[in-house]
Amino acid sequence: MSGEDFVPLSLTPLLIGTFAAIACALPGNFLVLRKQALIGDAISHVVLPGIVVAFILTGTISTWPMMLGAAGAAIVSVVMIEAIRRLGQIEPGAAMGVVFTTMFAGGVLLLEQTDTSSVHLDVEHALYGNLESLIWLDAVGWSSLLDLTALAGLPPELPRIALTLVGVILFIWVFWRPLKISTFDEGFAQTIGIRTGALGMALVIVAAISAVASFDAVGSIIVIAMFICPPAAARMMTNGLEAQIAWSVVFAGASAVSGYVLAGYGPLWLGAADAVSAAGMIATMSGLILAIAALWGPYRTRTGAPQEA
Amino acid sequence: MLELATNQGIPVAEHNVEDSPLAIRGLTVSYGQKPVVFSVDMTVQPGAMTAIIGPNGAGKSTLLKAALGIVAPLSGQVTVFGQPLEQQRARIAYVPQRASVDWDFPTRVIDVVLMGLSRQLGLLGRIRARHMSRAMECLNRVGMRDFADRQIGQLSGGQQQRVFLARALAQDADLYLLDEPFAGVDAATEKAIIAVLKSLKEAGKTVVVVHHDLATVTEYFDHVFLINTRKVAEGPVDTAFTAETLQTAYGGRLATAQIDQISRALA
Amino acid sequence: MFWEALTLQLGYNATLVAIGATLLGVSAGVTGTFLFLRKRALVSDAISHATLPGVCLAFMMLVFLGGDGRNLIGLLAGSAISAWIGLLCMNWLTRRTRLAEDAAIGAVLSVFFGFGIVLLTVIQTMGVGRQAGLEGFLLGSTAGMLWADALIIAIGGAATLLMVMIIRRPMTIVAFDADYAAAQGLPVHRIDLAMMGLVMAVTVVGLKIVGLILIVALLIIPAVTARFWTERSDRVVMLAGLAGGLAGYLGAALSAVTPNLPTGPIIVLVSFGFFALSLLFAPGRGVLAAVLQHLKFQRRVHIRQGLLALAQGQKIYEPLTLRLLARAGLARADGVATEAGKALAAKALRDEKRWEVIRADQAHEATAALYDGLRDIETVLTRDQIAEIDRRIGGPQEVPA
Repeated sequence: MSGEDFVPLSLTPLLIGTFAAIACALPGNFLVLRKQALIGDAISHVVLPGIVVAFILTGTISTWPMMLGAAGAAIVSVVMIEAIRRLGQIEPGAAMGVVFTTMFAGGVLLLEQTDTSSVHLDVEHALYGNLESLIWLDAVGWSSLLDLTALAGLPPELPRIALTLVGVILFIWVFWRPLKISTFDEGFAQTIGIRTGALGMALVIVAAISAVASFDAVGSIIVIAMFICPPAAARMMTNGLEAQIAWSVVFAGASAVSGYVLAGYGPLWLGAADAVSAAGMIATMSGLILAIAALWGPYRTRTGAPQEA
Repeated sequence: MLELATNQGIPVAEHNVEDSPLAIRGLTVSYGQKPVVFSVDMTVQPGAMTAIIGPNGAGKSTLLKAALGIVAPLSGQVTVFGQPLEQQRARIAYVPQRASVDWDFPTRVIDVVLMGLSRQLGLLGRIRARHMSRAMECLNRVGMRDFADRQIGQLSGGQQQRVFLARALAQDADLYLLDEPFAGVDAATEKAIIAVLKSLKEAGKTVVVVHHDLATVTEYFDHVFLINTRKVAEGPVDTAFTAETLQTAYGGRLATAQIDQISRALA
Repeated sequence: MFWEALTLQLGYNATLVAIGATLLGVSAGVTGTFLFLRKRALVSDAISHATLPGVCLAFMMLVFLGGDGRNLIGLLAGSAISAWIGLLCMNWLTRRTRLAEDAAIGAVLSVFFGFGIVLLTVIQTMGVGRQAGLEGFLLGSTAGMLWADALIIAIGGAATLLMVMIIRRPMTIVAFDADYAAAQGLPVHRIDLAMMGLVMAVTVVGLKIVGLILIVALLIIPAVTARFWTERSDRVVMLAGLAGGLAGYLGAALSAVTPNLPTGPIIVLVSFGFFALSLLFAPGRGVLAAVLQHLKFQRRVHIRQGLLALAQGQKIYEPLTLRLLARAGLARADGVATEAGKALAAKALRDEKRWEVIRADQAHEATAALYDGLRDIETVLTRDQIAEIDRRIGGPQEVPA
């Protein structure tokens, strides 16, 4: 494909999809190891009420209030889950189920009660995003990458998700050691002075920020899939945490690129006329990668001595 | 030196709280509405090897965890070398129960030992050759040098316990607290662990071990702390570890024959 | 108006919806309880999301065969098949690989749902009308509930309830202790599958009315609500059915009398209302009761500890202990015992000695197990037994000055 077509139409969606996938997969590694994988599920369900409330409060559909609303809802949900779990002595899964379904129901209700017909705000958008539409019309080819006026016309989702990705990488790089130690052995981590409660909360907030920044561009399905599938597949490829992180990045990127390409061109190859949902296809590809890793990954099963009680 | 909990006058320990590596006063911990540890005082003697003994569910591990701030007490105060715990964390090494962690975690033996150096390394400090050699030396002391690159899930129970001990050694602490290190380990591991603990004692360190095997108490330890929700007795083995204190601590749960056997061994 | 809705006098369709929602609420509440007791509540989330590709494929097939794709039975059959495949994938991942159950749930729900979305966009381009109301399966729709729909819900709900009643015993045993159940020779794996199959049945039945995301709420919330009120598993099941049915009924009535109030979400919010009330106010497990109990308990612990310290002439370290003793008139603010304090302290110390005798005596083993530092000795022994113990201890002891 020539640069004239590729750069304006495919480069930015590809980059945005890839960055979003990696930004979710990175914290996902720790969430999966901590058996908190479904926090990602909960967060992505409460994004909808968050944006609806933000819309009702501000009356506009601009990006920042929406993102703040979504982030706020994510934090509210995490706090509520924790409160219900502790105060009611309810197991975390059930506490999550209570909170995110209720908040989602509240979101749908508010949406029905509010006149949002004039604006593009609907459940489908929150679910699948609009990756295909994030094109760079000011670009004419590879040379546009050096052209400042063309660069100014980049879809704003791109710098936003890139910045989020940098933030996620920084967080994991700086807190690598405490994250690793407290994920493996929380009691020991406390005795050497790591504030495990605060660190766990920080991890969830970083995950929420990735989720919110990603959902805006690619919808919440990818978010859940990327929190879980690439890290889970990566775990079956290696027994080292560093290598697992690297594999998860590779898998996330591969899902994003192959999913986007298949969604855009797959139907054409099959003779159909229209593209299918890129977000759904990316999630599907991450599932295929996971299936392959689960069937043939070198470290797919538990090994070693049986655990005595 | 022997003090039974209920007829103590001024506790012997009151004098040396300041230099005790671990002093606990009036500690009560409860899970729900039932106290597991009730109003316990403990004064660990510096340079001693102390066993915390008591029947199952008597609060042995809970006492240790509350002392370390891992579980929140309902009341009570803890000092470490005469100061609040937070200021003295660097001087404590804790070996948790083996079953408390997920051994499927993707990491190698040497990485676990290096966790013991994390206070030195800080957040971003690079692991240098001297850190590696220190970790290898600690592995060597527990006889696990050849396993440095193994995945931790591949170790046997005894080997896992030795790796935990190596991590504690890497911390180079003054007070070592071990929670049931001999539970479910093979004889060779038990021997290796006790040799390391004795060498720590010789180096002037203080060691406290939650222990469940009454038969080895006199052989391994010089001090005991008997607990069954309340403190039962505290002191040197020859005065505090008697048929009478055992009867109080274990009550009906310890067959008379067992107590006879132990008191014969003590005599 | 609301009263008329509650008494089913608001017309044919509203009545149909109310009955359907109530039935669905009862069967979801009852079925979900077993999942919750088994600590696998979120499996329902995976099951419900996994229905989407089946619905889409069934629709495509129906269109391909010349229908208009809106045959509810056909769509529900499709959703059941794909949910079952999702369930098997999840089970396979947890049993045959090192993945924990939460990761398996998340993987299945996101991948199946993502694939379903791909199929939805394919249907959009098939040119058979805008998805033909398939989005109703995402969020539910009761607006145009037909007699046939209500019939499906009624029959499906009743059949599920019947099945639950038949296999409730083995399901309870497995939920309580799977290892014990296996040792008893129960086919744990198959019982689990049966349980999840029932959850799947409820999900499929409820898809049309509340949608695939909110059906999860109907499965989880009533069970969690019921758990606050009882410690017995059979009563949790019954109460969950009650809470679910009531939420369905009230929700349907509310939505009938208020414009723009979709039934599915309102049922979930009513259900959550029951949950929130239970969380706060249930006796025993509720937050309010627990806080009060904890404060009372903490007070008892501190006073008891303070009395023992007074009796032994030890310094009281905790300011809270001192405050509580002073407030009870047992000690002065500087930590010196009052007359009443001295008497109670002597009694506390004496009780400790009595307990010590009991705990060292094999004959009292059952009593000794009750010791927790707080229990009054009079509540566990008769006067004669106490007198016997006192003989062994010797004369009363004075409190040191």
